[in-house]
Formats: sequence, C-alpha cells, structure tokens
Amino acid sequence: MKRTLFALFLITTLLICFACERRGNETNGSGTGPILVGYYGDLSGRTSSFGQSTKNGAEMAADEINKAGGINGRMIQIITEDDQGEPNKAATVVTKLINQDKVAALLGEVASSNSLAAAPKAQEAKVPMISPSSTNPAVTQVGDYIFRVCFIDPFQGEVMAKFSANNLKAKRAAILYDFNSDYSRGLYEFFKRSFISQGGQIVSEKSYTQGDRDFSGQLTAIRAANPDVIYVPGYYGEVGVISNQTKQLGIKAPLLGGDGWDAPQLWQLGGASLNGNYISNHYSVDDPSPAIQKFVADYKARYNILPDALAALGYDSMKVLADAIKRAGSTENVKLRDAIAQTRDFPGVTGKITLDKDRNAVKPAVVLKLENSKFVYETTIAPEGSAPAGTSSAPASGGTSAGPAGAPAPPAKAASPTN
Amino acid sequence: MDTFVQQLINGLNVGAIYALIALGYTMVYGILRLINFAHGDVYMVGAFAGYFIALSFGLAAGPSLLSLGIVLLGSMIVAAIVGMIIERFAYRPVRKYSRMTTLIMAIGVSLLIENLFVARIGAAPRAFPDFLGSQSQPPIHLFGNAAISKAQIIIFLVSIALMVLLQWVVFKTKVGTAMRAVSFNLNSAKLMGINTDAIISLTFAIGSSLAAAGGVLTAQYNPNIDPLMGILTGLKAFVAAVLGGIGNIPGAVLGGLLIGAAETFVVGYGSQIGIASTYRDAVAFAILILVLLLRPSGLLGSTVQEKV
Amino acid sequence: MPTFLKRILGLVVVVVLLIGMNAFMSRAGLFGFGLPYYYAEIINLTGISIILAVSLNLITGYTGQFSIGHAGFMAVGAYSSVFMTVYYSEGLEQWLTGLIGASVAQALVFLAVIIFGALVAAVAGLVVGIPSLRLRGDYLAIVTLGFAEIIRIIILNIDRVGGATGFRGRVPPWEGRLIIPPYGNFIWIGGFAVITIVVVYNIVNSDTGRALISIREDELAAEAMGINTTRHKVLAFVISSAFAGIAGALFGHFRQFLHTNDFQFIRSIEIIIMIVLGGMGSITGAVLGAIVITILPELLRKLPGDLYGYRLVIYSALLIVIMLTRPQGVMGAKELGLSWLKRAQRRPEGDKPVGEKGVPIAQQPATAGMDQGKEQGK
Repeated sequence: MKRTLFALFLITTLLICFACERRGNETNGSGTGPILVGYYGDLSGRTSSFGQSTKNGAEMAADEINKAGGINGRMIQIITEDDQGEPNKAATVVTKLINQDKVAALLGEVASSNSLAAAPKAQEAKVPMISPSSTNPAVTQVGDYIFRVCFIDPFQGEVMAKFSANNLKAKRAAILYDFNSDYSRGLYEFFKRSFISQGGQIVSEKSYTQGDRDFSGQLTAIRAANPDVIYVPGYYGEVGVISNQTKQLGIKAPLLGGDGWDAPQLWQLGGASLNGNYISNHYSVDDPSPAIQKFVADYKARYNILPDALAALGYDSMKVLADAIKRAGSTENVKLRDAIAQTRDFPGVTGKITLDKDRNAVKPAVVLKLENSKFVYETTIAPEGSAPAGTSSAPASGGTSAGPAGAPAPPAKAASPTN
Repeated sequence: MDTFVQQLINGLNVGAIYALIALGYTMVYGILRLINFAHGDVYMVGAFAGYFIALSFGLAAGPSLLSLGIVLLGSMIVAAIVGMIIERFAYRPVRKYSRMTTLIMAIGVSLLIENLFVARIGAAPRAFPDFLGSQSQPPIHLFGNAAISKAQIIIFLVSIALMVLLQWVVFKTKVGTAMRAVSFNLNSAKLMGINTDAIISLTFAIGSSLAAAGGVLTAQYNPNIDPLMGILTGLKAFVAAVLGGIGNIPGAVLGGLLIGAAETFVVGYGSQIGIASTYRDAVAFAILILVLLLRPSGLLGSTVQEKV
Repeated sequence: MPTFLKRILGLVVVVVLLIGMNAFMSRAGLFGFGLPYYYAEIINLTGISIILAVSLNLITGYTGQFSIGHAGFMAVGAYSSVFMTVYYSEGLEQWLTGLIGASVAQALVFLAVIIFGALVAAVAGLVVGIPSLRLRGDYLAIVTLGFAEIIRIIILNIDRVGGATGFRGRVPPWEGRLIIPPYGNFIWIGGFAVITIVVVYNIVNSDTGRALISIREDELAAEAMGINTTRHKVLAFVISSAFAGIAGALFGHFRQFLHTNDFQFIRSIEIIIMIVLGGMGSITGAVLGAIVITILPELLRKLPGDLYGYRLVIYSALLIVIMLTRPQGVMGAKELGLSWLKRAQRRPEGDKPVGEKGVPIAQQPATAGMDQGKEQGK
C-alpha cells in the first residue's frame, strides 16, 4: 500500500515538473507569424449543423482573405475545437485555445449558453471574442472583450411584433416556442412584450422541445384560441414540420419566425405548407445585391449547399475580425479590442454592421415572405425610428446606439415580466 | 367538442407509432427478459434505411402508395437484419452473464448505433420524402374544426394491419407457437427440440421490422429524421410496453395508444391545470412510475412469482 | 506510532499537498512556476469526476442497483448550492468577514452551501429512491433515467436560476451576487475527492458494506438472512446522491456557470462508463475510470484526424468490448494495494473454492449476482 502510494506520488511529481511553465508572461497573439484565430462550436453533438455551418462561413472568409494576400502579409490560420454543444466543454475548449494554442482572437459560439460559459475565460485572458450568432443580451455584458455581429433578442422579437401589428394588422397572436432553447425563449419574451405594448393580445402560449416529433397537441389548442398570427421562433428542423401540421389541422393563420428558420432543409421539411409565412432575418439569400449573390455562389460552389443565416454570420464575423486586425495594424489585444469596437458600417453580407457601445451589432432586419421555396423580400425594419416613442419597449431596443436608455447594467431582462 | 376529438385523433396517431415499437420491446422481453435498449435506435435505423432506399431508387416525393410500399418493405428487411446482427454478436455472447452485464451491453449497442450515425452522416435533420401527399393534400373534415389527414388514416391502417399480422403469426402458426413456448420457458422449449437460438433471432427480426415500419410511417407524418430521434421515442415505447404488461402483445398496443393519448391531452389541456406543455416527456415517465408502483404487471399482464 | 497520530499526520500531509497543488495551478503560481491553465482545468474536472464515479460505484457497483440518473443529483446539488451562494450568502459572508477575515469567511460560507447542496441532493435521492428501489434492475435503470430528465426539465423551468440561458449570477429582478464567486479550487475539489474515497471505503468495509454486497449478490437470500434490503438500498442511494450533490456544488463554483445542457443523459452515461471501465466493485477502479474518461477526450483532441468527433463512438465500442471480454472491468473487484484476503478466505492449495467459469470465488466479477442463473422455471 505504502509503496504504491509513493510510486504514484513520484509519478505525479515528475509529470508536474514536465508540465509546468513560467507564470507571469502570458501574451497572446502578438508577433509576426500566422494570425491564429480560435473557432469553437458544436461539431458533433445535437446542434452540430449550426456549428458546422458557421465554421464553413468563417473558413471560406479566411480563405478569401488569405488568397488576397492575408492581412498585412500575415495569413489567417483557424484552429477549430469541438465543444459538442455543452457549456462546460465550451469553457474547457476556450481555455485550451487561449492557453495552449495562444490564439489572438476567438470566434464563437453559436448558442448563447455556450458563449456565456466561455466568455469569462476570454475576458479574463483579455482575448477578443466575436460571437457570430449568440443573441442573448447577457453575452456581451460579460466584458469589453466580447463582441457580436448579430442583433440581439430584444430587437428581433420586437421586429416581428411590429410587423404583425402594423403590417399584418394582427390583434391576436399565439406563440409556439422551443423551451429548451435560450434563443427561442428570448424571442418569445420580447415578441410578447412588444406585441402587448402595441395593443395586441397573446391568446395562447405553448412550447415544445427540440427533437419533438409531434406538435398536433399544441397546435390543436392554439387553433381553438383562434389567433390571427402564430409566432414560432424556433429552428428549421421543427418549424418545417410545425408548418406542415398546421396546414393539416386546417389552421389558416400565417406563421411568423426568426432567423432560426433559415436553412435549405426548411423547404424539404415544410414544402408548400410554408407559403404565406414570414420571418425576420439578417439577410436574404435571394437578395439581388451582387455582394450577396457572389457570397451565395461561392459558398454553393465550395460546400455544395446553399448558405444559411449562420453561415453568413460566420463569414461576417471572420471578415469583421480581419478588418479590425487590419485597422489596428497588429494583433495585440488592447489594440485589437479597440479596433473591433470601432467597427462602423462594415459591409457584411448580413447587412451594414456597426458595433455600438454595448458591443452589439446595429443593423436593420429584413422581413421576408416565404413563397414557393424562396424567401421573398417584404420590408426592412431598422433599429432607430422603429421604437415608438415613450413605450416601455425602450429598454428592449438597447441594442441601438441611440438613446440614453442603453445602459449596460441589467437592460431588457430587468423588466422581464416572466419571473 | 371538436377540439377534444381532434386531440384524440392526434393522440392515437402518435400512439400507433409507439405501439409498433412497443411490440418489439415486449416480444424480446417476453423471451429473454431483456430490455433491448437499442430498440429505439432500430426505429431510427429503419427510418434512415427508408430514406436512403428512396434516395438510391430515385423515388421522388409525391403521392405514391407504391413508393411507400417499396420503402416500407425495404426498411423492414434492413432493420430485421440489423436486429439479428445485434442479437447474434452483442446479446448472445453475454446471455449467460448477469443481468447487469446484458443491460450495460444493450446501452453500449444503443450508444454505438446513435453515435456511428451522428459521426458518419451528421446530426442535422434530413427530410424524408413524403409519399402520402400530406404536404399538399387538404385534410378531411369530420365536423367542426376536427380534421384528419389522409396520411394519418393510412398510418393508422398500416399499423393496425401489421399488428393483426403479428397476432396471426404468433397465435396461428407453428413458428408463433415456438415463440410462445420459448417465452414461457426457455429450457423446456429446448428440451422439446425447438431451436431456441433461431427462434430468438426470429423474434428480434420481427420486432425490429415492426419498429422500422414505425420509423417509416412516422416519417410520413413528420419528415424530420435525425440520428437521435430514437432515444426518447424508444423510451416512451418501452413505457407503453410496461403499461400494457410486458410480454403481452395486445398489451403493447393498448399501452402505446394510451401513452400517445395521455401525452397529447397533457400537452393540449395541461395548461388549464398548470402543467406546461414542456412536461410532455415527463408524462410517460410519470405513467411508468405509477404503473410500477401500483400495478407492476401492467394492465393486461399477469403477475409472475419470483422463484427462489 | 499510535494510529490516531498516524491519521493526523496523514491529514496534514494531504492538506499541505492540496494547498501546494492549488497554488501551483493558480495564477500566481508556486515560486513563479505554474501548471498550464488547461491542465489545471482538466485536473479539477477529473477531481469532480472522481467524486461522481466513486459515489455511483457505491450504489451501482457495491449494491448492484443500476442507476442512470446520477447527473440529475449532480444538477440538484449544483443548482441548490449556487442558488444559495448567489442569493442568500452575501450578507452572511460580509458579516463573517468582519469577524474572522475574508478567506476564513469565504471558506465557511462555501462549506455551508456545499453541505446545503448535499442535503438537497440527498433529499432528492430519498424521493427518487423510495419508490424506485423496489424495482428490479432493468426497470430501475429506466426510472432513474426518467427522474433525472424530469429534474432537468423542472430546473429548466425555473427562471430564477437562469432557465434556458444558464446561471451566471443573479437574474433580475431578484437581488443577489452579480457573478458566482470562484470558490471551487483544487483545495476543495481534491479535498472532497479524498473525503469521498475515504467515506466510501469505510462504508464498504463495514457491516453496512457487507450487507450492501450481499444485496448485490442475492437479494432474496439477503432478505431471508434478516437484512432489511429496502432500507439498505435507500441508504446507499441517498449517500451516493449526496456525494453527487457535493460534486455538483463544486462544479458550479468552479465553472461559475451552470446550464442544464451539462447535466443531460449523456453525462450519467459517462459516469457509468467510468465505473464499468474501472471495475464496478472497486474504488480504485472507479478512480482510474474517472481519470481515463476525463482525460481521454482531451488526448483525442491532439490526435490527427477527426477522432474527437468519434469520441462517443469510441466510448460505446469500449463498453461493448469490455462487456464481451472482461465484464468486471480493469480492476475487477480488487483494490490497489489492499489485501484481498479480507474478501474471501483462502483455503490450502488444491482446494480453492471455484465459482463461475472456473474462476476462484475471490475474483468473481462484481457483476455476478443479480438474478444470475435464476431463469424462470428453475
């Protein structure tokens, strides 16, 4: 017994000696070699299609930049890590990227819950992190090294509420949301608040879990409540089927959703039942603008599938980072952080990106109508000038640069009615 | 009233699928006293087999009972083979070991199948081609708002047909008698000259093919298939089998329909008594716990004395 | 040297080691040297896994009750303890700091919330255990799985602990700490790992432990011998859940972030794999299994190719292969350095007691029993 313990002790000590390093001089990213960018996301778990799409977009962007000569002569090298969609692993993986791989910046994560787990590590190590698609306001509140290139839940939820009240003249709305998804819940809460503040009424609130196969129970109950519109802020996998089952139950009300609908598989799953629905999105794959069409064509050629919203955001996040590195002239963390924070009107495929003082992206949302397997542009809703004066939804538009109401401390969540 | 009828239709629809899968569980348990954890994944394999068959034969979506028939038959055969392989190489070697070993082995097989699929074809959902026209054809109205779609009717009919077929096989054929004998007492059956290994393989084959049928049929109603779809559905089907009385074939059917209905009613009406629709999955587990506490032999099962 | 002096010396050595190790892993380092943070993380996570594996081993390995719900109890402990820390501990800590200084105050508060988490988890174990433990192996597995899922769904519905967003600190509009304080360091994690091992070891080698093993081997016979099997099973279940709760509390204060996605079914399975790999009747086995399974994925990352993506395939294949070839796991029922003479009497040469498959009784796989050879009709 004693011998074994001693042996163990000896082995451990030796291992430790081999593995130790000096403390006090940890820096990331400065230097002249290739620019190391860490990408972390779910590549093999339940939501791996999201992580994969985003990665594709980022990699394509990096290759484009490298082909054009890199940034100030330095090539971008992406180091990828898989967190399997678990927040605990996201934190571990980010630690590895920062400390072992010494990346200059991080791209990730798709899901707010994973971003929230990992962001403190990035903030503590003073490594800038840009999230392509985490929409929960709390993510960028972690610290001044955390950024995002997408809009936040308060804004997107509000967009659809405004659209249904003003454009569709809806008075009664039902909501069917994914209760396991922070994104879906966020949109649900803000839609509800905004819709009610415009005089509308929420007649039914039902939920499901990602992976559920049957929604007829919820939909039948919703049908009985007789809504004008049904808000379904979930992901395409379930939404396609929900749309189908809605039609089979004879429900006529249009479905409304967010950018989580945007994926090529949506059409295969929902088919003709999707016609007449609307979503809010960053961009439209059918937007005729040459920049977007080139992006779509390049992506299709490279990956053999049309890009979804996540791929576009991944692409933009890498481009924004590269642009910031160029402007900063180095990858030294303070300079890089400041450069990213100063991103103004950057022409991304997901819109003109400006980062406000809360490090969130200010850009308009487009409302698209679904018709014959295409997203057809319907209207744009911009952040400024869309918040009706004097309503309690003012904190909800905290994603805008306008207004003193954009205080960093508990913003929209503070007034959340759902306790 | 029409909402109630609608929910009933919905519930039975979901329940029919559970029933098909539960049959496999109950048959295997009846013979081997083994909970085949991998059974839910065979359901998934069946759905994907159908998907790939449709893909490779170029069967396009659009109402076609012939296409459905081909895909159904093909996937049932594939699943039967998979079931037999699992039995032969994973369960048979550990049959003589303790119960816990076989249980762990079953979990291992289940995980292996799921993760192999995820690793090879990705966790992203795929769209199963729709051969019943549920995406385009309008539903049939019954009264008020209650509607039933053509797809649902066909799913029902096919499920019932398969169950009747099974019942006939088990009770009216020699092979079926052999199966019942083996489930009654393995060793005595051996003594009677029955090739128990072959019968066990056959049982797995039949159970797996029924699960695959469930997979293909459910994919008609909900074309979203992904490698992890079998986990929860499999568990609920297991609960259905227990509810009906594990080892009892009509019990499995009854259990499946009841669980489907219970789930749907909780989801549809639960908010009126404070249960959010998020507790849908909890319904099956709650039923399981109640059954095991109050009537462990299930609704149609008979109590078995434990001999020392 | 008298035993109690030896014990105190052992305790001092352990504490010194823990403090030293912790300093080594911290930002400041030990004499200017430190362990790369990445490795430090892995070591801390391993410590938590050890607590989970050893505690699960008590109920599954030694008592033979198959529970796939361990992650659920971990979640209960994690959330309840972090809830206390975030919402109710600030005042107490400040008051204590005034009395006895910051670090002691923090340590006391942390200890208090850990104990709280353990108690809540124990109660959960009681609630789950009492109805379920009457059931036989296969059913128990499913029921514990179901309970763990229900627990997860319930937590997901509680907005005050973050809901689907995750729990980083107080959720407005409730008042509390802004972020979870980083109380969980190696001193606590390593310390509790040692405590868990010592406690379980002592239980196993006592009368209660022997009763548990007898329940595993043949429950009916144990009942016939006068052992109250239900009471023992529930006791083991509650103790093991309490330790899972401790692991959860440590995890929560180490990660400073909680989300139900970290407590899913796959987590419970990972812990099962740890003890199956290590050997279900052996504490050393559980520790080994925990170390291997926690470190393995990190090693896989370094290897070329996509092996990390195949991680779960490798685990399941591992499970199958182990069951086919060596179901008793690496350590079987043996412990490192412990005399197995305690487990069975050894008869003189030529007269060894022989059990299943010609293996001497002393080395029977821990999975023996559990309806072994009790097919119907016998």
